[in-house]
Amino acid sequence: MFLEIKDLSVKIENKNILKSLNLNINKGEVHAIMGPNGSGKSTLANVLAGKEDYEILNGRINFKDNDLFDLNIEERAQEGMFLAFQYPVEIPGVNITPFLYSAINSKRKRMNEEEIDNLSFAKLLKSKASDLGINIDMLKRSVNTGFSGGEKKRYEILQMSILNPDLAILDETDSGLDIDALKIVTDGVNKLKTKDNSFLIITHYQKLLDYIKPDYVHVMVNGSIVKSGGSEIAAEIEKDGFQKFQ
Amino acid sequence: MNSETLNTLDSYSKNKYKYGFVTDIDNEKPKKGLNEDTIKFISLKKKEPNWMLEWRLKAFSKWKKMKEPKWANLNFPQIDYQDIYYYSAPKGFEKKPKDLSEVDPKLIETYNKLGIPLEEQKVLAGVAVDVVFDSVSVATTYKGELEKLGIIFCSIGEAIQKHPDLIKKYLGSVIPAGDHSFSALNSAVFTDGSFVYIPEGIKCPMELSTYFRINAENTGQFERTLIIADKGSYVSYLEGCTAPKRDDNQLHAANVELIALEDAEIKYSTVQNWYPGDEDGKGGIYNFVTKRGLCAGKNSKISWTQVETGSAITWKYPSCILKGDNSIGEFYSVAITNNFQQADTGTKMTHIGKNTKSKIISKGISLGKSQNTYRGEVSFLRKADKARNYTQCDSLLVGNKCGAHTVPYIDSKNNSAVIEHEASTSKINEDQLYYCRQRGLSHEEAVSLIVNGFCKQVLQELPMEFAVEAQKLVSISLEGSVG
Repeated sequence: MFLEIKDLSVKIENKNILKSLNLNINKGEVHAIMGPNGSGKSTLANVLAGKEDYEILNGRINFKDNDLFDLNIEERAQEGMFLAFQYPVEIPGVNITPFLYSAINSKRKRMNEEEIDNLSFAKLLKSKASDLGINIDMLKRSVNTGFSGGEKKRYEILQMSILNPDLAILDETDSGLDIDALKIVTDGVNKLKTKDNSFLIITHYQKLLDYIKPDYVHVMVNGSIVKSGGSEIAAEIEKDGFQKFQ
Repeated sequence: MNSETLNTLDSYSKNKYKYGFVTDIDNEKPKKGLNEDTIKFISLKKKEPNWMLEWRLKAFSKWKKMKEPKWANLNFPQIDYQDIYYYSAPKGFEKKPKDLSEVDPKLIETYNKLGIPLEEQKVLAGVAVDVVFDSVSVATTYKGELEKLGIIFCSIGEAIQKHPDLIKKYLGSVIPAGDHSFSALNSAVFTDGSFVYIPEGIKCPMELSTYFRINAENTGQFERTLIIADKGSYVSYLEGCTAPKRDDNQLHAANVELIALEDAEIKYSTVQNWYPGDEDGKGGIYNFVTKRGLCAGKNSKISWTQVETGSAITWKYPSCILKGDNSIGEFYSVAITNNFQQADTGTKMTHIGKNTKSKIISKGISLGKSQNTYRGEVSFLRKADKARNYTQCDSLLVGNKCGAHTVPYIDSKNNSAVIEHEASTSKINEDQLYYCRQRGLSHEEAVSLIVNGFCKQVLQELPMEFAVEAQKLVSISLEGSVG
């Protein structure tokens, strides 16, 4: 199994957020999690990425034959887990080029691969940026600093396509995007998809799923997955809302 | 702050100082202590003319009546001025070496360890370096090329002998001996330092650089630097400093004077990495430095850039006196304190002429149990019509046992002055760390990256050749260990 979440219960500040959650993802699959605000979707993303604010009460997570709880944030990233943030943070004064260059090489180091050299990296970055309609001038700016909401999301997808993760988690990537930007972002995701990597797409609206076709759709309510199925569930939610699942 | 951050911070505190070695060379020193005999010994050793000795003795008599300035936010035991050597020269320096082949190979090795191979630098970097080892100037590279342009770049000792007119006219003209006790002390016992004169209309084609190193035990280093940029000239100057690791505190009290005449520009950059003491606060350099520039002529400009990462105590306020109309003063500073380091640093901008402008960008980073203070004074005198100042002070706290303080004074006697002041204090942001680590960077790499980003506005003011070095130094100051 590629990613296996078993009986996961998590709390933060005395509040139970995830309750006996189960989810299995195989290689090459695209999963979507839909749910109302406050259902615990973002918590799940952050627990997978290793954010330390949460208390794990019960359960286990396996990722590529590792016990995920044995790995810290950067080790999970280096193992091929990528989280596209809902609200990417600004890092003033830090240019994206050296930032991503360090990131890609720390991953290669862990995989015992040779470091990529400066020149090849610059080429790679430029070509990926132009695929995503990102202006070269934007690569000269500091990470996320002064970017619009849409620019930040595009930047996340750029980083994802450079780091080429095994498991990409997209946390509400569609929020704040207009239709054109949404198209560019989802195109980027679709190009990246192979039979060897997997996607976990967290979204509130069905709109995103018009562009990225999930293999499975899960409905998350109140910290648990209450229903799983194919894309017909998304249509159901579009029509009737989350009401009937609650 | 979560536990992992605290753990990493703790490991930063085990910060190792890689310049802490001692070179085993016989030193020639007078007796410890400060009195007229010490001063006469120094003056004699340096074969100074009598007027120079008189100048020193006058400063000494002023010093005897003075007390150390006490207004800084610093804590340290009383300095025993009688327990310090005021002159230390590697033996055999009676005759100044004519070229590098006459210099003790051990000294050359020391500089190689410090990463400034003189030979290599001569050829590759195009940087002219004056190296001061304890109290003696060792070698000045590139002298010949500079001479062709009429540029004088030599030790201050040599300038006293060869260019007495310039010395008599300018030495002490910006920092009078009686300014405060450290300037009086320096004036009495200064041993070496650099002298630069750029003639009218000449743009100095290379970075000039001085490298200071304290090697001998219980030795104070009192260097004196004087830079004069004549009308329409330009010079960029850089100094770097290191010292061996010792349990005792060592005293460093330098004076640096800059004079920019009409349309002239001086850019002065410092990378200060004196030994900061160990993780318990034992040892380290006491760094009491007076740096002041005079924009004497119209349209002149003086710009100070400093990266301060070392010293147990830093007391330093590179200042500008903006006398000429339309003159410009700038101060860019990064000060990083760790463990028990204390820094009280900032600037003084004195607007005298019309349309004078000053800009202050200060970035303070505090780690461990250190205290970091920005202290600045901006004053506008009566005739300083339409003068402007912009000040930005940002402090970054890493951990919760350190302190950051901002003490800006503003004094305006002219109603047309425009003053802008911005200040911020922030803690290193956990969301930024999380973001960087999610991309695969280690906790340490992430901190280093964020801090370097925080300092970027200042680091980019450094000359190209040194910007990379400074960036590394910033990372080293944060890292757990250095390879």
